[in-house]
Amino acid sequence: MRASTADRAQTIPPLAVTALAWAVPGAGHLLLGRRQKGLIFLVALSAMFAIGLLLSGRLFPLGLGEPLVMLAALATRGMGLAALTAGWAGAGQGVVTAASYEYGNAFLIVSGLLNLLVSLDAYDVAMGRK
Amino acid sequence: MTTHVGLLALFALFVAVVFAVIAHDEPRQQLAFGVRVFGGFVAAGLVLGWLMFPLPL
Repeated sequence: MRASTADRAQTIPPLAVTALAWAVPGAGHLLLGRRQKGLIFLVALSAMFAIGLLLSGRLFPLGLGEPLVMLAALATRGMGLAALTAGWAGAGQGVVTAASYEYGNAFLIVSGLLNLLVSLDAYDVAMGRK
Repeated sequence: MTTHVGLLALFALFVAVVFAVIAHDEPRQQLAFGVRVFGGFVAAGLVLGWLMFPLPL
């Protein structure tokens, strides 16, 4: 298992692994042969993101007008294609009056930040550090 | 599940799972670390909520 992971890590550019890990949660680890970790990341982060949308959370628009909103927007974009697709599909408009609005935002923002962390972990694995 | 405590526990569960899987490779270590993170999140949430209860917000 470790040997095959090391072999794959040598053949795949680390930045490509990181980009793939950002685009699809867990895909970087799956690509490197760490199937169990990859599947756990895929299920957990996707579920967290979906729950955030179901709780009427908002995918904040990218813009420089309000710094805190921009940080939240960058964090939610950490979920990669899921965030981009949801935005294009019109999901994540956010219902400010909903009781669960802030909870939804917390789930969306943290799922994105966790996926960025997972992407960095995939980079470390691809570099042979882990 | 859409109570404050329910969502707190669900949030803590997801974060604990991801942290545990990132931090450790062995399932036993992952479980032990994940339980600690989950417990820490829930306990901190309850304690902070209790401390903030008298605040006039």
